[in-house]
Amino acid sequence: MAKLTYREAVRAAMREAMAADPRVFLMGEDVGRHGGAFAVSMGLLEEFGPERIRDTPLMESTFVGAGIGAAVGGMRPIVEVMTINFSLLALDQIVNTAAALRHMSGGQFSVPLVVRMASGGGRGLAAQHSHSLEGWFAHVPGIKVATPATVADAKGLLLAALADPDPVLVFEHATLYPLEGEDADDTPMALGRAAVRRAGEDVTLVAYGASVHKALAAAAALAAEEISAEVLDLRTLRPLDVEAIVSSVARTHRAVVVDEMWRTGSFAGEVAATIMEQAFDELDAPVARVASAEVPMPYAKPLEDAALPSAEQIAAAARALF
Amino acid sequence: MSLERPPPHRAALEREHAHELLRQMLLIRRFEERTEELYAAGKIRGFLHLYIGEEAIAVGAMQSLAEEDAIVATYREHGHALARGVPAGAVMAEMYGKANGCSRGRGGSMHMFDGSRRFYGGHAIVAGGIPFAVGLALADKMQGRRHVTACFFGEGAMAEGEFHESMNLAALWRLPVLFLCENNLYAISTPLAAQESEPELHLKAHAYRVPSEAVDGMDVYAVETAVARAAAAVRRGDGPYFLELRTYRFRGHSMGDPQRYRAKEEIAEWEKRGPIVQFVDRLRRDGLLDDATLAAIERDVADEVAWSVEEAEGGPWEPVEDLEKDVYTPADG
Ligand SMILES: Cc1ncc(C[n+]2csc(CCOP(=O)(O)OP(=O)(O)O)c2C)c(N)n1
Repeated sequence: MAKLTYREAVRAAMREAMAADPRVFLMGEDVGRHGGAFAVSMGLLEEFGPERIRDTPLMESTFVGAGIGAAVGGMRPIVEVMTINFSLLALDQIVNTAAALRHMSGGQFSVPLVVRMASGGGRGLAAQHSHSLEGWFAHVPGIKVATPATVADAKGLLLAALADPDPVLVFEHATLYPLEGEDADDTPMALGRAAVRRAGEDVTLVAYGASVHKALAAAAALAAEEISAEVLDLRTLRPLDVEAIVSSVARTHRAVVVDEMWRTGSFAGEVAATIMEQAFDELDAPVARVASAEVPMPYAKPLEDAALPSAEQIAAAARALF
Repeated sequence: MSLERPPPHRAALEREHAHELLRQMLLIRRFEERTEELYAAGKIRGFLHLYIGEEAIAVGAMQSLAEEDAIVATYREHGHALARGVPAGAVMAEMYGKANGCSRGRGGSMHMFDGSRRFYGGHAIVAGGIPFAVGLALADKMQGRRHVTACFFGEGAMAEGEFHESMNLAALWRLPVLFLCENNLYAISTPLAAQESEPELHLKAHAYRVPSEAVDGMDVYAVETAVARAAAAVRRGDGPYFLELRTYRFRGHSMGDPQRYRAKEEIAEWEKRGPIVQFVDRLRRDGLLDDATLAAIERDVADEVAWSVEEAEGGPWEPVEDLEKDVYTPADG
């Protein structure tokens, strides 16, 4: 299988979808002339033209809302929101319209919309460009939430999102764009399936997005100490693969949930509660959480590093369960 | 800016057309009067925003829009639904929350939808439907369909950012959107003068180079003519068009509004030139309406309203086991 980057994988998915389906188009700020703030859509304007690669003015709420309308009108829009922070300006459209439309119309209208955005910290961008709020969106019935951690998933989950009849938000962790890895094979991926990235017997490290790689590093460190850690990549937060979580914990009897959201109200809390509800008898120790520190993201590197979950913290949390 | 042309209808307007306009306005009026009673009786719950006083706009506008055009409206949309041809029974059943309602009882009074008539709701976030309308128009344009998306909103929505963003985008991309502002002078309690630094709302369109007009929204013919002209321009591919339709709501913002913000005399003044009395007087003057015909129309409307209540009363509740239905699209589509 060919090697490519996470960024190239997202681009490849968009190219493939646009080549296969004339209803698919991309719109967002600087996606055309500039090739996207993270260079994800580089070259697509030249390939598909300005009708299908649409640079929008700065109006997050309206271009997301227009994406919803275009989806209902028979198109398959991909809307790129530059970063998750700016998606807050479109929160109303996502929650009040995209998520609700099918239900409040009594099932008359589906919204086949894909909204992609860069998320997460670790790049020295401080308190207004480093958020992880995926769990806010995963809270909302009517939308689906994908958080690809690997190169293959960056492509495969986006293609799955585009094939889905309902609104799907895809959170691309911005530190992953340069990541190299194997391309996806041609098997279509399904939303709602977690994946075991490393098998283990003593503890399950549940993670998603960039945290998967930190969990893998923690698992490698723990292996040197004779602790066999399993790494479970959630891949989508809604639908959540509860069965995969429960069956892993039923084997390992311990769980650490890793999340880049702030601890209070983090998605990790949802996972921990689910384990408590459905696998309580399997547990040999309380479920642990490793999440971001309760502080708007600081700029200085040592502080930012300390604010984000680290492989060391994950390993320490796992050790503490024995 | 206006496209000066002889009004297409006025001179040659037949009796029948006049009677149909009157029937539709009366249907909305009598239907909503009945909903007031049903609300008091506890049959209708939640918010209920009456359109009484503004009927000429929905009725006049729908006359000038085609079946293939799309409609986006607000929470004050019962009149628009009825004028678009959504059966009164389905509208009333929706207000009751019954499964034979036009949104299967999931939406209620604020969220009426009817895909078969391209009636896209029913949006209760002020201005939230406007970007949606822009998107529908974008889809039409990208798929080469010469349709118009007519988007209704109150003047209160014009203070929201999404209105301005949407006008800008529709103008930049020359999208076939007809912006229809129903200026009833109040956003809940707040009078126009306290909402807008430029109360001549149609002028705002100039900032986006969108052609616009102010129209007497109490005159059903004026609305019909203006919408016909504007829709024709939009359909030609000239880009969006903006109409400010000047009107007044005769009832409170929603049920139970004590209306401390305006004087009874002000309401009475406006009622004197309400869209229905005004139209009836005019038709009588022009020899197009006699007492017997008016009585027949009233009877016809009363029957339809009574039928709608029967539909709603007799309609089934959706079983509670189906609570989580229609959140996602089922696998079979
Ligand atoms: C975003 C938002 N803010 C506030 C409200 C509460 N609200 C409902 S209607 C309304 C006034 C709207 O006035 P206008 O747009 O003029 O329409 P009208 O009700 O007069 O038809 C307000 C403030 C809301 N539904 N949505």
